[in-house]
Amino acid sequence: MSETRSETRSETLVDFDDVLTRYEPVIGLETHVELGTESKMFCGCSTTFGAEPNTQTCPVCLGLPGSLPVANAAAVESTIRIGLALGCRIAPWSRFARKNYFYPDIPKGFQTSQYDEPLCTAGHLDVEVDGETYRVEIERVHLEEDTGKNLHVGGATGRIHGADHSLVDFNRAGIPLVEIVTRPVPGAGAKAPEVARAYVTELREIIQTLGASDVRMEQGSLRCDVNTSLAPVGSLEWGTRTETKNVNSLRSVERAVRYEMRRQAAVLDAGGRVLQETRHFHEDTGSTSPGRSKEEATDYRYFPEPDLVPLAPDAEWVEKLAAGLPELPAARRTRLREEWGLSVTEMTWLVNAGALGLVEQTVAAGASPADARKWWLGELARRANDAGVELAELAVTPAQVAELTVLVAEGTVNDKLARQVLDGVLAGEGDPRSVVQARGLAVLGESDELGAAVDAAIAGAPDVVAKVQAGKVQALGALVGAVMKATRGQADAATVRRMLEERVL
Amino acid sequence: MSDLTALNVVELQQALSSGETTSVEVTRAHLDRIAAEDGTLGAYLHVDGEAALRRAAEVDASGAAGTGLAGIPVALKDVFVTEGVPTTSGSRILEGWRPPYSATVAQRLADAGTVLLGKTNMDEFAMGSSTENSAYRPTRNPWDHDRIPGGSSGGSSAAVAGRLAPVALGTDTGGSIRQPAAVTGLVGHKPTYGSVSRYGLIAFSSSLDQAGPMARTVLDAALVHEVIGGHDPRDSTSIDAPVPTVVEAARRGAGGDLAGLRVGVVRELGGDGAREGYDAGVLERVAEAVALLEGAGAEVREVSCPSFGLALPAYYLIAPSEASSNLARFEGMRFGLRVGDDGSRDIDEVMALTREQGFGPEVKRRIILGTYALSAGYYDAYYGQAQKVRTLINRDFLAAFDDVDVLVSPTSPTVAWPIGARVDDPLAMYAADLCTLPASLAGVPAISVPCGLSEGLPVGLQVMAPALADDRCYRVAAAVEAALGAPLTDRLGERAA
Repeated sequence: MSETRSETRSETLVDFDDVLTRYEPVIGLETHVELGTESKMFCGCSTTFGAEPNTQTCPVCLGLPGSLPVANAAAVESTIRIGLALGCRIAPWSRFARKNYFYPDIPKGFQTSQYDEPLCTAGHLDVEVDGETYRVEIERVHLEEDTGKNLHVGGATGRIHGADHSLVDFNRAGIPLVEIVTRPVPGAGAKAPEVARAYVTELREIIQTLGASDVRMEQGSLRCDVNTSLAPVGSLEWGTRTETKNVNSLRSVERAVRYEMRRQAAVLDAGGRVLQETRHFHEDTGSTSPGRSKEEATDYRYFPEPDLVPLAPDAEWVEKLAAGLPELPAARRTRLREEWGLSVTEMTWLVNAGALGLVEQTVAAGASPADARKWWLGELARRANDAGVELAELAVTPAQVAELTVLVAEGTVNDKLARQVLDGVLAGEGDPRSVVQARGLAVLGESDELGAAVDAAIAGAPDVVAKVQAGKVQALGALVGAVMKATRGQADAATVRRMLEERVL
Repeated sequence: MSDLTALNVVELQQALSSGETTSVEVTRAHLDRIAAEDGTLGAYLHVDGEAALRRAAEVDASGAAGTGLAGIPVALKDVFVTEGVPTTSGSRILEGWRPPYSATVAQRLADAGTVLLGKTNMDEFAMGSSTENSAYRPTRNPWDHDRIPGGSSGGSSAAVAGRLAPVALGTDTGGSIRQPAAVTGLVGHKPTYGSVSRYGLIAFSSSLDQAGPMARTVLDAALVHEVIGGHDPRDSTSIDAPVPTVVEAARRGAGGDLAGLRVGVVRELGGDGAREGYDAGVLERVAEAVALLEGAGAEVREVSCPSFGLALPAYYLIAPSEASSNLARFEGMRFGLRVGDDGSRDIDEVMALTREQGFGPEVKRRIILGTYALSAGYYDAYYGQAQKVRTLINRDFLAAFDDVDVLVSPTSPTVAWPIGARVDDPLAMYAADLCTLPASLAGVPAISVPCGLSEGLPVGLQVMAPALADDRCYRVAAAVEAALGAPLTDRLGERAA
């Protein structure tokens, strides 16, 4: 959508390592996840992304007078499952509340959310950074509705200030939104930016595993607000925090924390006071700028939503949901690591490369774990890197990769040919076996064709043959080379050598 | 055929099913009367005669007229949204809005084959007890044109009492069906909270609003109640239970036998030590009605509900609080009025100007009151405390219903007052709800049934019952009606003649 630009004014920043000599960071994260339910939170409208503006609306999500909400049971279930996956306590009785404020993208003049009676409380998520585990405490997981989307037309920033006029798309209004709020996370020190990123990464993976959302940050189905504060080393009190919004990628989460630490340190160093404010993150420069300070003055006048009955999830049902949770990412990683005999570091590489699922699927399709890893972290990683895409975006499926490893193992192709087969697969020429056929890439067996090539090589280099026969066996290499060249690499070197030996020695 | 507008619903059913008349004739008779009288009465905000006659002709053609409510004209308080039909809730801020959908109760009435005559006047957003807070026009009481018809459903009460409609729907948040029914000589019932759908009812106070019938007889009210009641999946607060057998109860009560029924007279509502602000004539008529109940075999005793005295302050915190939030959607962006959008003002200014010009003084007063009561730091002292009072009132009801089957009181402490008498005194206006508020806060059903005249003006008896026991209200009301003879509104007709 709108391109955000950093303001021209540049902030004074303290060198990152320098920050840590004087200050301790405390971070906190508020993550919003749009649930992947068929219909909206309080009405039957579709939630499909990308439809024509205002085509997925009805009296309820437009907030027309007289309309009333009805809670989406599937969304409640998803929220409880997320809570369970984060080790939360599921409230036996919970209520929706109205958060009252005026903004054009909230049609009712209030957002239906939860306040002091959320569905899930008191959980945690352990994340690993450089082999060390950090526990992130989860304060609450609650359910609410998304707002509409404003499009500010005119003006340089794409934001409301300076815009000529604004358009509102209510397709998004009322889509179920789960908010996951951490408690403040102290003690991460220099790793704070990475812990923040690791937390969002892990959370994203959990929600993906649960199938609760497609968690696509670029489409906004996972959105993150990052809180950062600094306190002098040894201080018992935490500093004033800022809340950075518009953090739309995992990398940005890390950068936002890093930037705020450096900026706040400069403010504090200069004897200033960090303002409690909302700040906007700018992808292009990796910097933050102040948002509207007006938001701080808002009194949301929360009160229990009288149009909805309390949520009172039955204990038995909650137990059933807990029992039905899929294997969570951390457990899965441990299991696979053991099954595949990897070290912790090797596993971390695999995860960081985004290759875990791909390798797992490749293994499931018949490859050995070692082969699968070798391909995804080697040749395929190189191709993805060259093309500037994610591994998962390559036009090759784990099943095709598995087939490729099988072709190599059974000797149909050698490594070099296999790379050519991959070219064919990536070019959309079909599965590896079809590419081998179509391109004629199979290794030549002990065929007449190969025999002829071997004979030709012998006939073409009597001097070499003489050397070999005189006992200088290593000279045979030249003949192997000649055969390989003649067959354009399509022969198996060991086979060629054996055939040469049979004929010459 | 005699004047069709003089017939009640049951009589119209007979006339229609026997073929004596048609829905078109009945509808035209009412439209003619509206044309003749409504210039004075001001009961309606919107009438579409052509549409009504078209609809009536359809019902006649279908052969259904006279079956149930088919072919019977009805009026709806303008708080109910009606697809394609202007709906204002009595406010300028919704002027010109034609909703794209219909309220569940409006749909149920339409499905039953009723003919919509029009939308009736009301206090703006149902905030008021006199209909003087309508942004469009005052409504006059058919019994005395210089007096108020009650409120906020005063358009509906005036229409039905004045024979501009056989029946109408009203809504009751703190008494807005019962009090106008009482002061115009009608039967008005506020059902158990959650037993009639609120979907499509423009919200004033969500935890209190209930739609209900207003009619000239108890049985007419019951017939309408039966059609609009029952679970609605679009309203989460709607109770998934069968509609109480109100029609049967009304018929049974008309037999006049209340043997074994225990009736509690609420001391705090006009009894010993609580008579200040009550008209002597009102208390006399109510006492006579209680005596009639006793004569019908009921066991009468006095019951004390000490928390009822707190109902008024609690109500005037809860209702404005919810209203301040419910009315936030009227910001001039998507429907109704928009003021000041000339390209020079930003959205906050346009919203403010729209609300400034679109809302009347009483609505603004309550928005401000509610906004304050919900503010950080005040919530516990006001909204939170009021909710506790609500619990206390509920307990009083539960305790009382351990001993008695129904509770009775005056519906309104006074008869209809002169137009303008209380407009500058909001507290005096609020006091009109004194007797009706407890049942609203507890969500229990309550009916107002005429019990005679005082100074030539109607007096209502209120009958309250436990939640979901709406049938008891109808039974007792029907017994009172039977004991008094003809419906009170018949006297209005005689007087006019």
